[in-house]
Amino acid sequence: MLPLFLLNLADDRLILGHRLSEWCGHGPILEEDIALANIALDLIGQANLLLELAGAVEGRGRSADALAYFREAVEFRNALIMELPRGDFAFTVARQFLVAVHGMLHLEKLQSSTHADLAGIAAKALKETRYHARHSADWMLKLGDGTPESHRRVQEAVDELWRYTGELFEMDDAERALVAEGIATDREALREPWRAEVSRVLQAATLQVPDDGFMQRGGREGRHTEHLGHLLAEMQIVARSYPGAEW
Amino acid sequence: MSQGKPPDGTPDSQWPLWEVFIQPQYGAPHEHCGSVHAVDAEQALLNARDVYARRNEGMNLWVVPSSAIVGSTPEDVGPFFDPANDKAYRHPQFYKVPRGVKVF
Repeated sequence: MLPLFLLNLADDRLILGHRLSEWCGHGPILEEDIALANIALDLIGQANLLLELAGAVEGRGRSADALAYFREAVEFRNALIMELPRGDFAFTVARQFLVAVHGMLHLEKLQSSTHADLAGIAAKALKETRYHARHSADWMLKLGDGTPESHRRVQEAVDELWRYTGELFEMDDAERALVAEGIATDREALREPWRAEVSRVLQAATLQVPDDGFMQRGGREGRHTEHLGHLLAEMQIVARSYPGAEW
Repeated sequence: MSQGKPPDGTPDSQWPLWEVFIQPQYGAPHEHCGSVHAVDAEQALLNARDVYARRNEGMNLWVVPSSAIVGSTPEDVGPFFDPANDKAYRHPQFYKVPRGVKVF
């Protein structure tokens, strides 16, 4: 149960970090290019720690690299929102914002997990994620309250992403059991604080908060969009072409 | 930002420039480390963090609009700095350190 929960946390960060790294060299200005690459590296660093822990807890001798590079798409547990193509800059900013606010609230709880290693990783990741939330919120304000075109693009992004946010608050029975042990935390309880913070920033950015409608799901059970396979092909090709290579 | 503006009068496509100062440790003076482009103070601070504070360089950041900085010009070199050349007595090594004072 614990290894799968750790894979949920790790895969969210690994896949989003890889998506974000696609901006490297393509950012709108030099400073933002560096900022996006920094955030991508933070996420991949968090994923690395979580994958190592997942491998250790699982006890089958799988390293972080083995878990990142030698699993198939159906074995990935990330939420679908992480794997969607990077879109335009407004889409990237909106996704980072929605996910970072959730990550911040989640990690605030997980840093008092009864599992000491997980609590330590959460405390470290929380500092990074607070910065990610601040950085993306600043861009939400600038795009939302910017030009008619930036407003339109970021509103469309929020509207499109909204149906992927429900999955962030989902828990299966295994995770509920971990909540009972004090290892995991109740994701359902994160929903209202998340909505409050997201609404606060969207309103300040003159953006509409979408209504909750149909929510996409399936990532936690390995049912992914077509986009994940393409992402994994690129992410895994070197490690799979040269198994055991070190660099 | 006159230095970023093309000479033909077309508008400057760059965002305003900010100078970045970083404090390496508490109690130490802030040192100039470079500059970033940003549309406002919050963005300047965030950009400064991302560009200049990624490798544990400091404890505190200042950002200052470059336009707020007044500098001396190359023509000032003579009147500003030459008069100091023949006044070596202004350097502290002319003064003996009393015994008992720890030299560091």
